[in-house]
Parts: sequence; structure tokens; C-alpha cells
Amino acid sequence: MNLELDCRGLLCPLPVIKLAKALPTVAVGDTITVLADDPAAATDIPAWCRMRSQELVSAAENAYAVRRVS
Amino acid sequence: MNERAYLDAASAEPLHPAAREMLLSAVDSGWADPVRLHHEGRTARLLLDNARAVLAQGLGVRPDELYLTTSGTAAIHAGLSAVLTARRRVGGAVVHSAVEHSAVLHTAGEAGVEIGVDLHGRVDLDAFAAAVRKPGVAVAVLQSANHEVGTRQPIEAAAAACGPVPLFVDAAASIGHEVVSDGWSVLTASAHKWGGPAGVGLLAVRKGTRIAPAWPMDEREDGLSPGFPDVPNLLAAAAALQARLAEAAELDRQHRGWIAEIRQRVGADVPDVEVVGDPEDRLPHVLTFSCLYVDGEALVTALDAEGFSVSSGSACTSSTLRPSHVLAAMGVLTHGNVRVSLARTTTYGEIDRFCRVLPGIVQRIRAEVGM
Repeated sequence: MNLELDCRGLLCPLPVIKLAKALPTVAVGDTITVLADDPAAATDIPAWCRMRSQELVSAAENAYAVRRVS
Repeated sequence: MNERAYLDAASAEPLHPAAREMLLSAVDSGWADPVRLHHEGRTARLLLDNARAVLAQGLGVRPDELYLTTSGTAAIHAGLSAVLTARRRVGGAVVHSAVEHSAVLHTAGEAGVEIGVDLHGRVDLDAFAAAVRKPGVAVAVLQSANHEVGTRQPIEAAAAACGPVPLFVDAAASIGHEVVSDGWSVLTASAHKWGGPAGVGLLAVRKGTRIAPAWPMDEREDGLSPGFPDVPNLLAAAAALQARLAEAAELDRQHRGWIAEIRQRVGADVPDVEVVGDPEDRLPHVLTFSCLYVDGEALVTALDAEGFSVSSGSACTSSTLRPSHVLAAMGVLTHGNVRVSLARTTTYGEIDRFCRVLPGIVQRIRAEVGM
């Protein structure tokens, strides 16, 4: 399962907030793809994954795939 | 209205009382053109020489190794361009860390070879050394310590790795606060970071380092800082550095203790906060942290309303709406970012109140977005 979160046009920290709120709605092992064009998301989504111990699967072209691991 | 607590000394320190006193007397005595041969000119020249001697002593260089510029940024632009021009036959590449001041990045431009940093913001020394050893490198640039997160850079080891390539050290964050390791060829600093006035930069060039000014030269500062010098401001900068260095050991001890306390209390009292920068090998007076789910602009504004002046590397607080290149290079959270930097006038009461007020502000901003 993959959930897509369209955060294009939103500035940080909003994409990270939406990602954090969406995480409990998906099962462990599922992924969330965040679409975000704010330049800060390129740093903040990977940093959130590190701080929250979630897996960053991919980060390319304003799309960040995050797998819930806990 | 709360009492103000100015915690943004890394942007600018209030004028040191010694500098203020010197400035007030020097505006009446040092206004003339120091290259003129008349009485007033000779007086200004004497004062200029005196300022240079005191500033040189503060940096540990000879007076004839020190050029006085109009800002730290101007010192970087002039010094780096002059080294590049002198070494253009060797090559044009500028090896630099990813977390240098924007003045370095702007001067290096397309010629820049950027070296990454670790999670603390410290340069990858092996990659730096390997890049410097490649052919075609004009100069290597490394800051003494990072201006945003306080992490010191390995200047001595970088200098050893540079061999014949000159090492250019931007020491603006350190000078006046702590000693910078030796081994560099060129060093720059900025007076308003140690309680001197704005508009004074230092450019120290070790004897034997080749430089060639890169623009139309005049007779001032060997062409490295064109135009009429601001003798009163230079004297004030010198007085501030002298006074500040006399206080440095005591302030270092005090500031390190208080910064350690803020680090501990912020970490303990604010959930989901990341304190960034090396916890030990760092500047004495700077602490930076990022609060998850918090808008940096809202945080700076709320702290200002409570009487605290801090800066932020978050995108929403910058004119370009891009996050700090330092935080981005480190890979740490860029939103909800706060830099606290202590001035010589900072008191424990201010630190204590900051630590008491911050958790409630962060909680309130998070609540507004449902976090």
C-alpha cells in the first residue's frame, strides 16, 4: 500500500506535519509518498525520517517515499 | 513589555564600552586623510598605525601582514580574489567546505569544489585533503568555526593537508572569542562580531603568500581595500578587540557553562527538538537547535515578543525562502530553527528565563497546527 500526500505549494514545516499526521493511518510496512516542492522539504523530510526512525525509501524530483517501520 | 535579552551576538555584538569611548574621542582626532603630510594627516596616520598594530597583535600577525577592509565580507571578497589572481597560472579551483559563509561561496562561484560535512557540520577532512591535492587548485578555504552551529573546523589538520596550496581561513566567528589554530596563509575577521563597530574587516596575509589585487588599485592598503579609511572606526575596533581579548578567558568559561545548561534544559524540556553542532569541539557562545513541526518565523517572532532576540536558519526567516545552506549540508532539520548566541553583557537570569519560556512557546505554536 502507498498513500500519496500532495503537499505541493505548501511551505515547511507543513509537508512534514502532514507526513507525521498521516503516518499512524498507514500500516507498518506501507509507504507514504510526499509530493513537496518547497526546497526545505529536501532536507526536512529525510531529517524527520532520521529523528523518527522511519525509512526514507527514495527522494527525487520533489517526491519523497517514506516507509513506516514502527 | 519584558526586559530585552539580546541573544544574537553572532550576528552583531553591541558596541564594547572601550570601543565607544575610543570612537567618541577618535572622531575628533582621526578624521583627516592619513596619506597627507600636514599635521592633521600625520595625526590620522599615527592613529591608523596604532589601530593596525593593536589589531595585528590581537590576531598574532605582524602589522605589515594586516590589511584593513570595510567589512568581513569585503575582506573575504578582496583576499580570495587576490589569491585567485596571483595563482591563476597554477589553476582556478577553490576547494571549500559546504558550510562556508556566503561571501566565500559567492567569490568561488563556478570555480568552487564543495566538500561535504558530517551531521555536526564538520568538514570531511579526507575528502578535503584529496580535493586539495588534485591539480589546478588555486586555494583551499575553511572557516575556523561555523557561524550558524558553532562547530569548530580542523584548521591545523587542513593546513597540514594543503601542502603548497594556500589555506584561506574565515575566522569571523572565532576572533575575539577564542584562539584560531595556526597554519593558515590568509585569515579574515569582522569587528562587529567582537563588539567593535560595523564597517571594519580584517584581512591578514602571511608573508610569502602571493596576492595580486583583482580590481583597479589605489594607494590604500596595497590596493586590497580601496578608498579613504575610516580611522575612528578602526581605532574603535582595535580598542574593542584588546578589551575583549582581556575578558576572553572569563567569558569563555562563563559562556560554555551557560550554553551547556541551555543545551541540557532545551533537550529535557522541549519534546522533539534536535540540538545541532558538535557538543564539545565548538565555539563558546553559540547554540543552535531545531524544533520539529514549528515554523521558524513564528518561533522567532514569539520569542521576540517575550523579549528574546535570536536568529534562525529556517527558510521562512530568509529573504530567499530557502533554508540555511549550513543546516541543509548537515542534513539536520531546517524548520523551527533557533540560534542563540551570548554577548559579553548576557546574564544568567536571561539564560534562565529563556529556558523557562521556550517550552510553552513551542507547545503553543505546535498546538496551532494540531501537533
